Amino acid sequence: MDLKAKRTVTAYSFLALPSLFFLLIRIFPTLSAFSLSVHTQKGSLTTSNYHQMFADPVFWHSLLNTLAYVVLTIPLQIVIGLLMAMAIERVERLRWFYRIVYFLPYITSIVAVSWVWRLMYDPNTGLFNEILGWVGIAPQNFLQDPKEALISVGAVMIWQMMGFSMLIYSAGLQAIPRLYYSAARIDGAGSWKIFWRITLPLLNPTTAFLAVTGGIQAMQTFTQVENLTGSSGAAAGGPLHSTVSMVVYMYNNGFQEFNMQYASAVAVVLFVIIMIITLFQLKTISRTIEY
Amino acid sequence: MFAAISALALVQAAFASGSKESSGSSSKTVTITYWQYTFPTKVTEINNLVQTFEQQNPNIKVVAQDFPYDQYNQKVTAAMHAGQGPDIMNLYYGWLPLYVGQGYLQPIPSSFMSTSQIESYYVPMIEASKINGQYYSLPIAVRSLALLWNKDLFQKAGLDPNTPPATWDQLISDAKKMTIRKSNGQLEQEGFGWNVTGQGYHTFEEILLREWGVTPFSADGKKVLWNSSPAGLQAFTYWIDMATQDKIGEQSFLQNYNTAFMAGKAAMIIDGSFDVAAIQKAAKFPWGVTTPPTKTVGGVQSNFGSFWTNGFAKGVTGDQLAAAEKFMKFLISPETERSWLKNVGELPAAKSFANDSAINNDPIYGPFVQGLKSAHATFFVDETAERQAMSDEIDKILLQNAPIQQTFDELVAKEQQIRDKYFAKQS
Repeated sequence: MDLKAKRTVTAYSFLALPSLFFLLIRIFPTLSAFSLSVHTQKGSLTTSNYHQMFADPVFWHSLLNTLAYVVLTIPLQIVIGLLMAMAIERVERLRWFYRIVYFLPYITSIVAVSWVWRLMYDPNTGLFNEILGWVGIAPQNFLQDPKEALISVGAVMIWQMMGFSMLIYSAGLQAIPRLYYSAARIDGAGSWKIFWRITLPLLNPTTAFLAVTGGIQAMQTFTQVENLTGSSGAAAGGPLHSTVSMVVYMYNNGFQEFNMQYASAVAVVLFVIIMIITLFQLKTISRTIEY
Repeated sequence: MFAAISALALVQAAFASGSKESSGSSSKTVTITYWQYTFPTKVTEINNLVQTFEQQNPNIKVVAQDFPYDQYNQKVTAAMHAGQGPDIMNLYYGWLPLYVGQGYLQPIPSSFMSTSQIESYYVPMIEASKINGQYYSLPIAVRSLALLWNKDLFQKAGLDPNTPPATWDQLISDAKKMTIRKSNGQLEQEGFGWNVTGQGYHTFEEILLREWGVTPFSADGKKVLWNSSPAGLQAFTYWIDMATQDKIGEQSFLQNYNTAFMAGKAAMIIDGSFDVAAIQKAAKFPWGVTTPPTKTVGGVQSNFGSFWTNGFAKGVTGDQLAAAEKFMKFLISPETERSWLKNVGELPAAKSFANDSAINNDPIYGPFVQGLKSAHATFFVDETAERQAMSDEIDKILLQNAPIQQTFDELVAKEQQIRDKYFAKQS
C-alpha cells in the first residue's frame, strides 16, 4: 500500500467509530420511527396512522399553533436580541455585567422558568394581574384564556431566548471592521443609514444562523407548553387546544394513549415540515454580503 | 508471579462467595423491583414495609422505585417496551384496560390466588378491576370520597362549624356565604373547591348522576347512559351552574382544589381519603369530614370508590415470580392494610375490616368507610381519554359559553366513542 492509500485508510478508520455511534444513536432510531409510523399497534403495514392524523382537528390545530410559535417568537427574540447587543456595544463600563444579566434567563432551567411564570400568570394571585391592577387594567386570565394562552407561552419563550440572540449578535457586531463605520461617517452617513447599509447586511450570516436554529427549536416547542399548561388532571395543550404544539400532540398520543405508532407518524410529518422550512430559510436568508 | 495471581484469584473468589453466604442460607438471593408513583406517604410506607419484609424473608431483596405521577405511565411504557420493567407495578385501577391491552401485566396466577378467593377476600368494589373475567392486579387499600369542610371559615361566615351541609342545595347556599371576591372580580376565597379533573368528574359520574336517579353506565360497561333520561341533563346543568351561575368556585384557583383547601382558601372540597395525611400535615385550621351531600334530605346516597392496585409484570416467571408472589402476599395482608390506614390514610381493601368499630368510629376515617357502603368504582376503559374528553367539553362551556345541552350530548357521544373503540379492539 502506498503512502496516500495508507493515509486514506487511517482517516477512514478514525472516522469509523464516530460514524458508527452516529448511525446507532441518530440514523437507526430515525429509520425505526419511520418504520413504526407505517405499522398498526398489532404490527401490520398500514397508512392508517397518517389518515387518522390528517382527519384529527387537534392535529391541524397543533400545526397552526406550532407555526404561530415560530412566527411570533423568532422575529421578536432576534430583534430584541439585536437591540440589546447594540445597546451593550455603546456602554463603556460594566459591559460584562449587562451581558451576564441578559444572558442569565437563557442558562436557567426551562422547567424552573416555566413554573415561576406559571405562578406569575395566575389569574387570581399572580404578579402580572397585580401589576395590571396598579395601572387600572382589569385582571387577565392569561394561561386560562384560549385567546391569550398562546401569546403567554410565547412571551416565556422570547424572554428566555433573547439573551442567546444578544450574545451571538454581540460577537457578530464585534466582527464588523471599525473602518467601515469611520469611512461611512467621513462620507456623511447618518446613524440610521449606517445601520441599514452596513451593520445589518454584515450581520446577515448571524441573522441567518439565529433564524434557522431558532426556527428549528421553535418548531419543536414542548417544555414550555408542558410546564405552563400541563397538570396531573388534564393534558398539556392549554385551554381548548390553544397552546398545543406538534411535539405536545405527539407526546400526549404516544404516552398517554400508549400509541407509539401514531406518535411516530406525527414525528415523521414534523421532520418533513422542519426540513422544508429550513431549506427555504437557507435559500432565502443566508446570502453572505461582502464589502 | 503466577502463584501471586492465583492466590489473588482465590482470595477474590472467597470474598465473592462470602457475600452470598452472609445472607444466612445456602440458597441465592432474589432481587425484585417494585414500581409506584411518587406519593410521599406511600413511598415512606413502602420503604418501611420492605424493611419488615426483608427481615422476614432474608433471601429476597426488594428494590422499591417511585416516579412522579405526571410521568408514571411514560416510565412504565418506555421500560416495558425496552424489556426493563419491574416485577410488580402499582397502577391506578382505571388504567388496567390500557395496561392489560398493551401486555404489561400477567393474570394473577390462580395457584397464588384464585378468582373466587380474590372476591371473597376483598370488598365488592374491586370487581371493577376484572378484565375479561380475570384479575390482573390486587389492591392494598381503597378510597372513597367525602366532604371536607374548614370549620374556621364556617365560623367566620356565621355558620355553625359543626354542621356541614347535608344536601347539595344547602352546600351551594353555604358556599355562597363563604365565597369572597375582590372588587375587580378576582377570587380571594372559594366556598367550594369546584373542579372537573380532580375529583369533580367522579363526583358527577358516580355521586350526582346516581343521586338524580341515573345509572351512568350499562352493566357491561359498553354504553354511556348519562343522557338516557332528562334527569341526566338536569344533574349536569346543576353541577356546571355551581361554577358558572352560583360562582362558588373556580377550577384553576390556586392551581388545585386541594391546594386551595390546605391553604385555607377553600371552605369545602369533595376529596378522597388519600389526601387525609397531606391535609393533616398542611392544614393550620380545624376541619371536619362527613359523607357527601345528597339531593334531598335522607335521599339516595352514592359515592365514588377507587383504588391503586398491584400487578405482576408480564414475563416474570420462576424464582422471580415466586419471590414477587411472597411480597405481594405480604402487601395485601390485613396487617399491612392496618398499617397502611394509619400511615397513608387509605382504607383497607379487605372485607374483614367492614365491621371494625375502631375505624368506623374514627372522626376522620369513619365517614370515608361509611361512604364505601354506597361506593361504585367506575369501569374506565381509558381513564385518561375519558377525563380529557370531559375537561375539553366543559372548557367549551366555561370559556366559550357553549350551550349546555348541546355540549352535554357531544360529551356523551365522545365518551361513547371511546368505549366503542375499546370494545371493538377486544372482539
